[in-house]
Amino acid sequence: MNSKKSQAEMIQEISGVNPLKCMKCGKCSATCPSFDEMDIKPHQFVSYVIHEDVEALMNSKSLWKCLSCFACVERCPRDVKPGKLIDAARQMVVRQRGEGYLSPDEIPELLDPELPQQLLVSAFRRYRR
Amino acid sequence: MKYSYYPGCTLRTKAQQLDAYARASAGVLGFELEEIPEWQCCGGVYPLGSDEIATKLSSVRALNYAKEEGQDLVTLCSACHHVIKRVNDDMKHVEDIRTRANNYMQLSEPYAGETKVLHFLEVLRDQVGFEVLKEKVVKPLTGKKIGAYYGCLLLRTSKILAFDDPENPRILEDFIRAIGGEPVLYPYRNECCGGYISLKEKQMAKTMCDTITESAKGFGAECLITACPLCMYNLNKSAGEELPVFYFTQLLAEALGVKEQVDAQLGKKAAVYLEQSGEGCKCQGKLNEPGEERTGTQDRNKEEQKETCEEGGRDS
Repeated sequence: MNSKKSQAEMIQEISGVNPLKCMKCGKCSATCPSFDEMDIKPHQFVSYVIHEDVEALMNSKSLWKCLSCFACVERCPRDVKPGKLIDAARQMVVRQRGEGYLSPDEIPELLDPELPQQLLVSAFRRYRR
Repeated sequence: MKYSYYPGCTLRTKAQQLDAYARASAGVLGFELEEIPEWQCCGGVYPLGSDEIATKLSSVRALNYAKEEGQDLVTLCSACHHVIKRVNDDMKHVEDIRTRANNYMQLSEPYAGETKVLHFLEVLRDQVGFEVLKEKVVKPLTGKKIGAYYGCLLLRTSKILAFDDPENPRILEDFIRAIGGEPVLYPYRNECCGGYISLKEKQMAKTMCDTITESAKGFGAECLITACPLCMYNLNKSAGEELPVFYFTQLLAEALGVKEQVDAQLGKKAAVYLEQSGEGCKCQGKLNEPGEERTGTQDRNKEEQKETCEEGGRDS
């Protein structure tokens, strides 16, 4: 229980998000271009933090489907910033040694001649530490 | 007018056109982009965590350089623009980040967000003026139906980026009018192309881009313009030959009559690279040949060759 609580605190600290501000209008999920790919939907993220079930968030594939497009952040009427919450959960995964969604060994087969450097840099920043 | 200019990693490599057309066009329009020496990669994505400091420092270094030069900082790539503008906002308004970043930086005078960050398009709109641009156009793109693709990073989050109306932007459409083209409005112009997701979830990015390009085609666009190398890459996977995607600076250079000149320069660079890249980089092998007598001249040659080699390598 204790460690779970500290995880919920940590996620709020990293994200700077107060989940209690959310009024559950669902606009974030409605606007999310990755909605179909997500197991935990953007508007559900706040509930997991409030109920201190951060473990479930950290195991969610949603972390790796978020595009950081800021549609949810822009359109939230309560300025909750769900995208920042998702990123904080992602950070808590990638900050553990060896954890993440991308390993350098995978890179060669993902490349093609047109692929811009920006893509590799960005993916590494989001998927891996 | 001189600006401190931050090109970013991709404009040195895959998106050299975006950079070269902009520089030549700036010359015609009467301003200069002075590249910040030894700039470092912005990281491509804004570090969202409020406790992330080290990943913001490359932006702070560029921002502080511009401050010391007394110049505004100009970016071209949407991602660099996004990252640097947001880090600048942090340095201005978030005391914790400002203090900790300055503790790392150890500058003679702490940086506190003094620099003004402008995207090249903002320079065109707010400093040059689209009316003035219109007067300088020698080859208007008359009758060309152009769809503006904004994507995410130029617009959101709008409170910080203050670039344009995030839901109904018009800066690219006004730009298209200024160079004589006909802007095509379509509903997906500020929807995400998938961004970095295209590294591992190729189909997901493709589906998203198909929606964008189909929408643009449906509304009659003959081509798309973008300011982002990653949007360009993702859109190209689904746009096909029917809907070419250009950097906005290419059409700008074309309208201002400097495109051919830039193409010739880029062509030369590419030829140098092709010559060198036949079987890897031949000059390196030659340099390392043992037993070669080293004279002053040879050493100098060696340095020169090495420089060309690295120059070529960047083209890859």
